Amino acid sequence: MPSWPANTKYIGQSTLRVDAEAKVTGRARYSSDIQADDWLYGMILRSKWPAAKISAINLDKARQIPGIKAAITVRDGERTIRFYGEELAAVAGTTKQACLDALRAIEVTAQPLPFVVREDDAKKDDAPKVWEGVANVSTGRVREQGSNVDQAFTECAAVIEGFYTTPVQIHNPMETHGNTVSWTDDGVTAWASTQGVSSVRDALAGALKLDHSQVRVLTEFMGGGFGAKLGGGVEGVLAARLSKEAKAPVRLMLTRFDNALAVGNRPSSFQKIKIGALADGTLHAFEMENYGTAGIGAGADAGGGGGGANIPAPYIYAVPNTRVKQSAVAVNAGSSRAFRAPGHPPASYGMESAMDDLAAKLGMDPLELRLKNDSNEIRQREYKLGAEKFGWKEKYRKPGSSPGVVKTGIGCAGANWPGGGPNRRTQGDAQINPDGTIEFRLGVQDIGTGTKTVIAVVAAEMLGLKPEQITVKVGDTNFPPGPASGGSTTCSSISPTVYDICDKALQQLQTQSGIADARGENWFAACKKLGVTPLVVHGQWQQGLSTSPAYGVQFAEVEVDTETGLVTVKKVLGVHDCGLIIDKLTTESQVNGGIIMGMGYALYEERVMDDLSGVVLNPNFETYKLPGIADVPEIEIILINMPERGVIGIGEPATVPTAAAIGNAVFNAIGVRVGSMPITPAKVLAALGKVPPSTVSKS
Amino acid sequence: MKNTEPEKFGAHSRRTFLKSLGTVAATAATAQVQSVAAELEKANAEKTVGPGAVPVALKVNGQTLKLMLEPRVTLLDALRNYSSLTGAKDGCDRAACGACTVLMDDLPVYACQKLAIEAQGREITTIEGLAKNGKLTAVQRAFWDKDALQCGYCTPGFIMSVTALLKKNPRPTAGEVKHACAGNLCRCGTHPHILQAALQAAGVAATSKTEVIDYA
Repeated sequence: MPSWPANTKYIGQSTLRVDAEAKVTGRARYSSDIQADDWLYGMILRSKWPAAKISAINLDKARQIPGIKAAITVRDGERTIRFYGEELAAVAGTTKQACLDALRAIEVTAQPLPFVVREDDAKKDDAPKVWEGVANVSTGRVREQGSNVDQAFTECAAVIEGFYTTPVQIHNPMETHGNTVSWTDDGVTAWASTQGVSSVRDALAGALKLDHSQVRVLTEFMGGGFGAKLGGGVEGVLAARLSKEAKAPVRLMLTRFDNALAVGNRPSSFQKIKIGALADGTLHAFEMENYGTAGIGAGADAGGGGGGANIPAPYIYAVPNTRVKQSAVAVNAGSSRAFRAPGHPPASYGMESAMDDLAAKLGMDPLELRLKNDSNEIRQREYKLGAEKFGWKEKYRKPGSSPGVVKTGIGCAGANWPGGGPNRRTQGDAQINPDGTIEFRLGVQDIGTGTKTVIAVVAAEMLGLKPEQITVKVGDTNFPPGPASGGSTTCSSISPTVYDICDKALQQLQTQSGIADARGENWFAACKKLGVTPLVVHGQWQQGLSTSPAYGVQFAEVEVDTETGLVTVKKVLGVHDCGLIIDKLTTESQVNGGIIMGMGYALYEERVMDDLSGVVLNPNFETYKLPGIADVPEIEIILINMPERGVIGIGEPATVPTAAAIGNAVFNAIGVRVGSMPITPAKVLAALGKVPPSTVSKS
Repeated sequence: MKNTEPEKFGAHSRRTFLKSLGTVAATAATAQVQSVAAELEKANAEKTVGPGAVPVALKVNGQTLKLMLEPRVTLLDALRNYSSLTGAKDGCDRAACGACTVLMDDLPVYACQKLAIEAQGREITTIEGLAKNGKLTAVQRAFWDKDALQCGYCTPGFIMSVTALLKKNPRPTAGEVKHACAGNLCRCGTHPHILQAALQAAGVAATSKTEVIDYA
């Protein structure tokens, strides 16, 4: 079994990102920057009805707009539209303005249908059906464990009931979804803003009825995805079809508005939780009823609300008597997609909020309640290290006992990310040239997590070179297949693969050069012996160098102004494990990012649907608020080094517990629970009884 | 807020203000009907361009770009799509994200909110114009050193905002950096490193509070 070297020069240290220079100079070409010869703009016409029967789409006038080279419908014949923003038609033209004019010239004949966009409305018996003949609410599964849950609650010393809700959150990567696609007689080339070049290749080939070998997908740089960019997308297929009709490359990037409507989101959750503990704090009984919406469904035809809305419960705790019932509610809104740690941030928010409410009822310190009930040894260690660093004991006061108008509070929460494991089919090549230069080629992509840098660090370590001596090429389906970047699996997939490539390269160099150890100072001499033919080595993922899952705990400190309701996060401490750390610097960046995204989820972010028009009311950044640099608190990070576990992904666990920790800190500050995220000033004031609850919008 | 330096308020002239108000609103201001009407007449008498493409000359990174653009083409569109300067990014096309920030006469502006024809005669600097002969500026170098970027899509905008700040205020406080970057969004959550990079570029030491602790 292979193993990582014990003494390392680069692995575990801070290595500067290898592609940063291209990014700070503007030289990096993102998918939306591609300027293929004679390229055209592509744009999509979207439904202005949240539900409608479309009987005809007339493109004649659009085609007559000067500069328009192609106009197509998504589908011919009658069709049913199920959400505002669903794709109807697309055009390609020589200027953006021509395309805008053409979209306005398309005539759509539609019969509007009744619709429903709010979960509570969709649950009613007389609600319009999102899918004909299918109930809006899925039957739901009841999972019961233990002999008698109702009996168990009577045995508890303390029982609390709470209602915890989380909003639909929109991914909003800074680069919207989209592609430049060129369709020629030789096949299709797509420069895609994607997290998975291979998955896009397969999706496009399938939709366009082409062989996989006829489609090439390229992603040198892309502007973030967070789970929403794993597939080919309707927009990718439309760009390809437009290119075919126009006989020219088409760049079709979505607008920010499109992004809010149609390309994914995190499902909402409405968690009714009852939890009870014995007098010593041991959790004894748990009951949850949860529903949420994944829009029209997680898949294209997932009648009845589809999947994606279920969450793990009672999350990271083992409770002997549990009853969990979950259902998904279909509404006329865009489908959910995987979103950074799917299911976990809402699960953490509901369960960890209930834990703090229970601790208050028991008169216990909520950290003590966690240490009592969390059986995971790594999290136990993380809580203890974190509590000491954070000064939990010194800072902790009973909920609501902070004096003054501006109250301070602290909270904590735990995470579990069962993913993070490797894609075992990952492969890669390296070409070693006689002059000692070496180029790695992997069909993976760098979504901003530092994938190229990880490849360079592992290769430099194994070969005794410097990271800057390693050339890394990714984001091309012509390279050996790599994983899609989802589930925090990339790092644990590629690191062992690069290890294997290097291992084989050293063996072959030894054979060909006669130099026993080709590493380090012998490298160039060994390569020179290759003569005129470069050495090309193929490697694949190897067992024993990576693992999963990852854990992690976070502590938050907040200030709550009880006159304005404003919550200010002062500090977050994240204590995380990710096995063998490859690059400390980029790991730190990912943990920062997870915490800040979790903070947005806790305080600012929510897709707001208008029940009268069926429209997303906040489809752009002036109304859908992301954390800005002035909102970001002091962040401290402790990384638990566990090299013996091998490589584990960190992107997702880092965002799981933040919202729950902040929510608990708010509870600790003001002594009343704001059970609905985002925790807005209005909701804080309502919880304090300072404004009537009816003035606070429902999530 | 971008482009609202007091000395630049003159750019929003009485003429453009009146034009944006439109005839109905302007005549409703009954107290000044006569003078308003006269001003409007004068404004309308000035030469209008478009709707077809017109020649536009832009001074970008010290070089003159001569383009044929419809007057409704934005500066961002002109840079990204009518020349090869794709460094300024399109994140919202709506003055909400800051990814398109460029310097106009050393002031940071959202290129998506300027028409290209309005930008004529101004010195425009994009991210591509910062490094001279391949030598990175202190701000660019600091963003690299501090890992003040992840996906990197917002990075050009942040770098331009910080560059503009340091031109005006070479030794800013953390609060001043945050203020200068208030118009830039980052979804990867790189803000702590961006703050450190800006301070380092200004010669102020700034480090992360991250430690690695062995489990065993």
